[in-house]
Amino acid sequence: MATHSSRLAARLMVAPSVVVLFIWMIVPLAMTIYYSFRLYRLISPERAGWTGFRNYAWFLNSPEFWQAISNTLLLVGGVLVITVILGTLIALLIDQPVWGQGPLRILVISPFFVMPPVAASIWENLFMHPQNGMFASFALGLGMKPILFMEQYPMASVIFIVAWEWLPFATLILLTALQSLSSEQLEAAEMDGATALDRFRYIILPHLTRAITVVILIQTIFLLGIFGEIFTTTQGGPGSASTTLPYMIFKQAIAAKDIGRAAAGGIIAVILANIVAYFLMRGIGRHLDA
Amino acid sequence: MTKTLRALLGATALAALAGAAIAETTITVATVNNGDMVRMQGLMDDFYAKNPDIKVEWVTLEENVLRQNVTTDIATGGGQYDVITIGTYEVPIWAKQGWLEGLNDLPADYDIDDLLPAIRGGLTVDGTLYASPFYGESSFVNYRKDLAEKAGITIPDAPSWDEIKAAAAAMTDTEAGIYGICLRGKAGWGENMAFLTTMANSYGARWFDENWQPQFDSPEWKAVMTDYVELLTKYGPPGASNNGYNENLTLSLQGKCAMRMDATVSAGSLTDPAQSEFADQVGFALAPDAGLGKRANWLWAWSLAIPASSDAKEASKAFVNWATNKDYIALVASKEGWRNAPPGTRTSLYANPEYAALPFAKMTIDSINAADPTNPATKPVPYVGVQFVAIPEFAGLATSVGEIFSAALAGQKTVDEALAEAQALSVEEMTAAGYIQ
Amino acid sequence: MARAVSRRHKVVVTLAAWSVALIIFFPVLWMILTSFKTETSAVASPPQLFTADWTLENYAEVWARSDYPRFFGNSVVISVGSTLLGLAIAIPAAWAMAFVPGKRTKDLLMWMLSTKMMPAVAVMIPVYLIFLRTGLIDTRIGLVIALMLMNLPIIIWMLYTYFKEIPAEILEAARMDGAGLWGEIVHVLTPMALPGIASTMLLNIILAWNEAFWTIVLTTTNAAPLSAFIASFSAPQGLFYAKLSAASAMAILPILILGWFSQKQLVRGLTFGAVK
Repeated sequence: MATHSSRLAARLMVAPSVVVLFIWMIVPLAMTIYYSFRLYRLISPERAGWTGFRNYAWFLNSPEFWQAISNTLLLVGGVLVITVILGTLIALLIDQPVWGQGPLRILVISPFFVMPPVAASIWENLFMHPQNGMFASFALGLGMKPILFMEQYPMASVIFIVAWEWLPFATLILLTALQSLSSEQLEAAEMDGATALDRFRYIILPHLTRAITVVILIQTIFLLGIFGEIFTTTQGGPGSASTTLPYMIFKQAIAAKDIGRAAAGGIIAVILANIVAYFLMRGIGRHLDA
Repeated sequence: MTKTLRALLGATALAALAGAAIAETTITVATVNNGDMVRMQGLMDDFYAKNPDIKVEWVTLEENVLRQNVTTDIATGGGQYDVITIGTYEVPIWAKQGWLEGLNDLPADYDIDDLLPAIRGGLTVDGTLYASPFYGESSFVNYRKDLAEKAGITIPDAPSWDEIKAAAAAMTDTEAGIYGICLRGKAGWGENMAFLTTMANSYGARWFDENWQPQFDSPEWKAVMTDYVELLTKYGPPGASNNGYNENLTLSLQGKCAMRMDATVSAGSLTDPAQSEFADQVGFALAPDAGLGKRANWLWAWSLAIPASSDAKEASKAFVNWATNKDYIALVASKEGWRNAPPGTRTSLYANPEYAALPFAKMTIDSINAADPTNPATKPVPYVGVQFVAIPEFAGLATSVGEIFSAALAGQKTVDEALAEAQALSVEEMTAAGYIQ
Repeated sequence: MARAVSRRHKVVVTLAAWSVALIIFFPVLWMILTSFKTETSAVASPPQLFTADWTLENYAEVWARSDYPRFFGNSVVISVGSTLLGLAIAIPAAWAMAFVPGKRTKDLLMWMLSTKMMPAVAVMIPVYLIFLRTGLIDTRIGLVIALMLMNLPIIIWMLYTYFKEIPAEILEAARMDGAGLWGEIVHVLTPMALPGIASTMLLNIILAWNEAFWTIVLTTTNAAPLSAFIASFSAPQGLFYAKLSAASAMAILPILILGWFSQKQLVRGLTFGAVK
């Protein structure tokens, strides 16, 4: 089927995408690499020059750095675990015949339509606020002290909010996969006396492997870059308790206006992303015969 | 003949005038979404009536986002804005970079000599005014008189820190959700560090000595941080390390803060019955001192400036003049009452008997006049600025220090650990920036 | 008997599913309710539901304070425009990758996805400078291009997985009938892939609509979409929860409604090749 001419045609059809993506990748990347070796502060442009690896050294020696790395991985891992597990359970639940299926599914996927800054600000102000939030009112009503989400559990709170935003995405993909599972297979297993747990373990879960892989892959790409929710809620604090690598870069770029350091941080983030991607592909890539 | 010629000339002149009126200049004005600026946008009919050939496009953003966008634009020579809203910290630094247009040639009715000297001084570099103040503020104490009375205490007009501590202890009623004192805890150079720097000034502490050596290892800073953390953990609202200006204002409007130290500009909201049911119970006092001759009050002015990269400087000047003129203050007063007039910029406002009758007017002007940017601490310092240090590196450095102090407030670090970290970080940054040789 | 059991089962499942759905939806609902309260009522403790002061004032104020139609219009143009442009570039690419796969097709796909790994903040200044120098800053076309490039890898991947599911035999048959390459795409592929293209489009409109970093960094007035509209209502001075809620509701409602109407399409279409 793949004749010489169709190969050529195929190349021509792929070319525009590859070219624009390559430019979109390489030009900013080259500029970022350039800046990462420069002393470049937006508000003191007169002090510019080459600094060698000083920007990288600053990042790697910063007391926040390792915490930022572990927070980044914690955020990605935490959100993935929550969305995959809850997503699977919810998909199983709403895949069954229920009354009002249409409206029900709409409600379940609604968080996906909420802009991230809006989502973060709803949770922070209307729910988690230690004086005015709904959770605080519940706690007081039960005679307990309100939980100080942003002060005592900043990372957990951020993970929770981001997981809420991404839960619909995971649920949708898993639900779509579930729908393609043949009911005969399940019925046959039921006839053979397999318990619900057995059916889940040996039929449903294997069937969902590919979907779970897709969820993990796509979400990881988005989650590695998250900082907007942190900016809206904890601002990386208290101290650096909820500072992730992108947020650390954000602080250098925005608060300190140090473009050189931010660029070095960006390169470090790309390296980290590639390491994560490597392990991801080694771990689950085989499920993805894309 | 001459008659015809004159008529013809007249017609041409008219046509030229009409042509000029049709040639509309559009200017882009970037502003923060604070109440006074939002109010200005509602009063634009007056501006258009006076300047029919200018059209204003607004960019209204939350403070942090605005600062980010405006700084990026001006530092890269983007030229996207014709008028920008910036503060006392940015003006001298940006003016020295040649990024701002001088405003000494505003029309005579601008009455530059009417500007409050302290505010004007902060926006002037080498005799040139680089930004026109839209509203100015200091900081002071606001408290609920009913709670003070209930606790059997009086807060003097010029309190000391000891009196503030005692008052906070007396008024705290955690059961009822009343917190003795609300102070800024959220990390940021314009949040917790603005407050802490003024507190430090009153305690005899300073950011740097004459040789730019950071001073966080001094006993004065230790006293500041110890008292600050103690005040807020004992008498402050839970979760204070995430409370900034706005969170504390909200708590005060709800009556949950018995006392609060913050910007004078919030007095208008606090005394407004539409916003707070405790509006008639609000009392004001000067920021406290520690008997060393300096009070813990800052000085700030949100000001309108014109980037040097603007291509509509004349129209922009017309707008700046309109928005910061005495007539504008009168306009706001006539439409929305004197309480809502933009405060803290002009001597004439405080000379106005109607304005002076407001409960916060005198305290505000006294606070502003008590701040001295050129001599902020009790000891000599190499810098200018009351709650900030007017060097480009300050915003980044103070934000990092602010995070460390916010962690100390949250109980993640001891005061000693926080101060040692802040000292090490400051020495490193100041050395890297070339201040410490 | 069996019927009764299954009926009881359905009741239980329905109750459970609706409880979960309502919990997930509750924050959005609460935000919408808050947007109809007065500011004092919005922060009252305990939270007020039946005792609240209901008002439309917040919407009136938000409407009066900013040019909502313009922000809305920009959001529509940018999200739809970037998606259509993305599809135009991605459909041929995905078609070629699906039906004329080479040894490197999988690597190419992974490389495309990896272009999304650079944190946006790190390339903020470079991208800003590029947009400034090319005159694309604060233009809708600039934003359309930026968001298209951001989402292009996802678009290509989604389309690729749909196209792969189309049996090659159908194409062979079409080819036998003498259909050219273009004919193949227009007459055979597109009708079969239409559901996939539709859900790709939906997902990308949503992603572009919700984008809140580049849309703020790269715009001032002319091209500013609803994310900038939101940024003008967050954290001002004084009480703002109700007004922020109203502004937020106005920003997310259009996309929420779109999502609701196309829910079936989304549920069917979001496979990413996850279905065997």
